[in-house]
Amino acid sequence: MGLVSFFRRKSPWLLHFDTGGCNGCSIEVVATIIPRHDIERFGMQVRGSPRHADILVVTGPITKQAKDRIIRIYEQMPEPKMVVAVGSCPASGCVFYDCYNVVGPLDKFIPVNAYVPGCPPKPEAIIFALVKALEKV
Amino acid sequence: MTFVVPFGPQHPALKEPEYFRFEVKGEEIIDLNVRLGYIHRGIERALQERSYLHNIYLAERICGICNVAHTTAYCQTIEQLANIEVPDRARFIRTILCELERIHSHLLWAGVAAHEIGFNTLFMFFWRDRELVLDLKEMISGNRQISASNTLGGVRRDVKPEYVPTMLRVLNKLEKETKYYIDVCTSDRTILARCMGVGVLTKEDAIKLCIVGPTTRASGVDVDIRRDDPYAAYDEISFKVIIEREGDVLAKVIVRLREILESIRIIRQALKALPRGPLRTKVAPKIEPNEALGRIEAPRGELLYYAISNGTDKPERIRVRPPTYANIPSFKPMFVGGTIAEIPIVMASIDPCFACTDRVTLVDSHTGKARVVSFDELRGRRK
Ligand code: SF4
Repeated sequence: MGLVSFFRRKSPWLLHFDTGGCNGCSIEVVATIIPRHDIERFGMQVRGSPRHADILVVTGPITKQAKDRIIRIYEQMPEPKMVVAVGSCPASGCVFYDCYNVVGPLDKFIPVNAYVPGCPPKPEAIIFALVKALEKV
Repeated sequence: MTFVVPFGPQHPALKEPEYFRFEVKGEEIIDLNVRLGYIHRGIERALQERSYLHNIYLAERICGICNVAHTTAYCQTIEQLANIEVPDRARFIRTILCELERIHSHLLWAGVAAHEIGFNTLFMFFWRDRELVLDLKEMISGNRQISASNTLGGVRRDVKPEYVPTMLRVLNKLEKETKYYIDVCTSDRTILARCMGVGVLTKEDAIKLCIVGPTTRASGVDVDIRRDDPYAAYDEISFKVIIEREGDVLAKVIVRLREILESIRIIRQALKALPRGPLRTKVAPKIEPNEALGRIEAPRGELLYYAISNGTDKPERIRVRPPTYANIPSFKPMFVGGTIAEIPIVMASIDPCFACTDRVTLVDSHTGKARVVSFDELRGRRK
């Protein structure tokens, strides 16, 4: 392992974007930063700007309007980048699979490194997926 | 000269993507426009295409934070359509779940509000205690957020007698903590400086714009569906409707925190009075032509469901009016005249939940390119 990827694994910053989910997953993503789960143990932080982010955390099925946004945000992120899809929504569309405004799943538009199944998954599962994704760096 | 500050869709104040366009003059906000619809999914249409039983799971996922409120309102409306009586025990369990959800939602909101004013320590405290409520929800329903415990004709899971001592213990702890938070919020200088007199919604405006829920109760308007049009077991339980007069952000904080105390009292009473009996009654899959309207007090305000049946196992039409939709007009009186620095906290103060609201698209008339969805496209994905 090179020095650069060693450091990259030590402090990845997250960016969270909701592409139309019910909020269930979004609050579980936020719940990963609270004292009980505390992802800072792994050096991770949730940040507000795509330009600072290493990992994009996507929740929700992809709606027509959010599709362009998510692609743009993905393009704005610096290389190397990773995408983690949280919940059944970005993986398959969940209950919204046949809604007229949903164009998902996410991997039709951007490459996805890890999926977390569940509706919503527990914060532990989300952390597990993030750590697993980092192992691939 | 005015300057336009765009805000969103991926923005720091909310976890959900929405676009706001503020027109400012120096520091002062003089106008704003809201553009919603980033997470419009087309749920009302989908509700028409599924059976009544399937729809429970869809209604639940309109909003993950107030999912019990959505299913309670949905089930209640469909039960009215089909003329079903819900067993007493189920009514009490619904009340308990609704109130647990109110506590979790208010704590969540209080945490977000603390985060908006840069008080991250308090955010961590609120969210730490929220985990306790989620543990209770998990104990009763098997899931932290989406509980899936309401069903047509009753509930699917019981509050077992062995749960009661744990619940009472956690509620005692929560009560103590909440009282402490009320103390903190009414005395801490940082909070007072950021919240007092900011984002005021006057009583007249609140009545004129038909604002609902804690947002309007913080402006001194005395409405609460739990008392005005009792559902579940609220008619057999005594509780106070919390009202504050000032209408600023601080009042909105205090109303919500005091509502948590009230919810704790409601749950204690419901646990004590929990009647014995069956959990659910049978519901036939097909429902005769009829129409019904159900409303409940969700954590954010009045949630309204309207349904028409047509004799088959699918509804003819279901309309959902979530509370945030009713509260969006309040942005204008609260923002105009304020400063840019107030934007996040004032926006958070109505506890907006766009997952609920975005089944409707509003397009900004100044900048918005209204996307025209053709009729074929609307029907398209059904094949
Ligand atoms: S996976 Fe489930 S909880 Fe998560 S956003 Fe989708 S519907 Fe909501």
